[in-house]
Amino acid sequence: MSEARFAHAINRSLDDAMARDPRVLLLGEDIANAGGTFAVTRGLLDKYGADRVIDMPIAENAIAGMAVGLALGGYRPVIEIMFMDFMTLTMDAMVNQAAKLHFMFGGQGAVPMVVRTQHGGGLNAGPQHSQCLEAWFAHIPGLKVVVPATLDDAYALLQSAIDDPNPVIFVENKALYPMKGELSDAPTPVPLGKARIARSGTDVTIVSYGAMVHKALAAAEALAGEGIDAEVIDLRTVQPWDEAAVLESLARTHRLVVAHEAVEAFGVGAEIAARMAHIGFDDLDGPIVRVGGAFMPVPFGRTLEVEYMPGAAQIFAAARATYD
Amino acid sequence: MRTVTDDTPPHGRNEGGPALIELYRRMVLIREAEKSCGALFAAGEIPGFIHLSDGQEGVSVGVMASLRPDDTIASTHRGHGHALAKGLGLDGFFRELMGKADGACKGRGGSMHVADLSVGMLGANGIVGGGIAIALGSGLAQKLRGGDGLAASFFGDGALAEGIIHECLNIAKLKTIPMLFVCENNGWSEFSPTSTQVTFTLEKLAAAYDIPYFGIDGSNVEKVADLAADLVARIRRERGPIVLECSTTRIRGHYEGDAQRYRNDPAPPVDPLSITRATLEERGVAVADLEGIEEAARAKVQQAVEAARSSSEESLSEAQAEVYAVEATR
Repeated sequence: MSEARFAHAINRSLDDAMARDPRVLLLGEDIANAGGTFAVTRGLLDKYGADRVIDMPIAENAIAGMAVGLALGGYRPVIEIMFMDFMTLTMDAMVNQAAKLHFMFGGQGAVPMVVRTQHGGGLNAGPQHSQCLEAWFAHIPGLKVVVPATLDDAYALLQSAIDDPNPVIFVENKALYPMKGELSDAPTPVPLGKARIARSGTDVTIVSYGAMVHKALAAAEALAGEGIDAEVIDLRTVQPWDEAAVLESLARTHRLVVAHEAVEAFGVGAEIAARMAHIGFDDLDGPIVRVGGAFMPVPFGRTLEVEYMPGAAQIFAAARATYD
Repeated sequence: MRTVTDDTPPHGRNEGGPALIELYRRMVLIREAEKSCGALFAAGEIPGFIHLSDGQEGVSVGVMASLRPDDTIASTHRGHGHALAKGLGLDGFFRELMGKADGACKGRGGSMHVADLSVGMLGANGIVGGGIAIALGSGLAQKLRGGDGLAASFFGDGALAEGIIHECLNIAKLKTIPMLFVCENNGWSEFSPTSTQVTFTLEKLAAAYDIPYFGIDGSNVEKVADLAADLVARIRRERGPIVLECSTTRIRGHYEGDAQRYRNDPAPPVDPLSITRATLEERGVAVADLEGIEEAARAKVQQAVEAARSSSEESLSEAQAEVYAVEATR
């Protein structure tokens, strides 16, 4: 156990995966010589050489498409798409090719590739460098989507993503990169699709993932002051998401909030709310309330963005609203 | 020349190379298969959309004559010829096009997604330009693995208008990837003349990336095969990209059922099969032998069609079980 930053946990996970599996390759823009825009791949070029840590030109569609070809060719490419907003440029490769090949070829071959990318606001990066687009990918059969919240999870989930025989979008939140925390010497393996209870509680379930988990925990502390004991579920994996864990928690608390930084409308929260309204209907004692970004692009200006970002206060209010 | 039999695999021009009559045999098989596709489609036995490659067999057969099963190709929506020339069997082919459970892809992809990874055929593709980056990644895999394998990407002149071709040519050169870019230039971008869609030539484009370019009459399978043999040998040796542009003819419409009201060809289409047949006759091959090849192809196709007819479709639950791969990897 040692103190580290979130970015280091990912770096160590990449390092360990490359050390144990010669099929793992990294491709991306400025990941080798420059060590990555957020220094996540720093040091790996020196350790593994230019054949395994491959700097690519600014050509996201080709990078993603090539990862499909590399995966079919027996490699385990981990590509970095610098900002999740740039995933727009990979959509043919991800949605039409990577997601469908295993199915479309009748089970021949597989596409074991990981796309590391980062989402989220809070850095005044503006409308084209702050979006949380994970719901798009969760909507596509054949893709998996992972969004870690803690250092150990970032490490362990990335190991599982790399070992998975399917294309996995691994979403890091840029605001978490400098976050300090404890990183285990050998983090416990975490399978994809398994949620964790980040805080146990009995009165209301708050489901979240990624950086929003920390805001949910802050909201839970505030709720405790009001005599409301909130349970916080960290989904870890958005696709497939741990329906059983959410339902089990809801069956105990009878109230549900789903919180994410992504735009609320048509988001991950809508799916979870709809499923729980169906299969958890008898357990509900109040309305399911969602927390998410307003239906607008992420604004740039300092006060604008602060005002835009959904946080602990909104989650607190949402938990209260489940009693309405 | 080594002895060519009916069972000669569709690879190996570099090992002495198949004789012209063998190339003809392979083209005839593709033509007969696609004739049946057209008829089965018209009769409602093949659902969906199919795009036939009649007139382009010289490119498929000519290029594939130099490729080995461990070389990989990515193809296009007009990919039947590529798939068959690379070694996909007629049974898997027809069953797939008819949507049957024992098709090459269990009937889940159909004409636009025929694939056989066991012979290095990484799939036809429903997206124009969609296979190019996949082939490039496969080429990078070939390079990293060592050995002398290569990848080939087939694409039409319509794909020249897609941005991905630029990205891939740039990266192929930048990273020195063993890849043969094969453009089948039939003059059509779906329903429009490519001259109304593309303002440059592939030759000039290749020059801009400093990638060697070769143009050839794609209707002459012998010329294509000889040139491809040289280019493939060069890629095996030098491990870098080469562009090969084959002028060819799309005899049929963009898809079957296309009324082609937009089409007003000045001359009748050039048919690579007629050209090759005439050459073989000139060289003294007996007409009876050529007819024998044609008859044998028809019989093989008919047999595969009959077999496909008796197959059944997969259940939805079986298909749904393979949305994700489940193989344990560690």
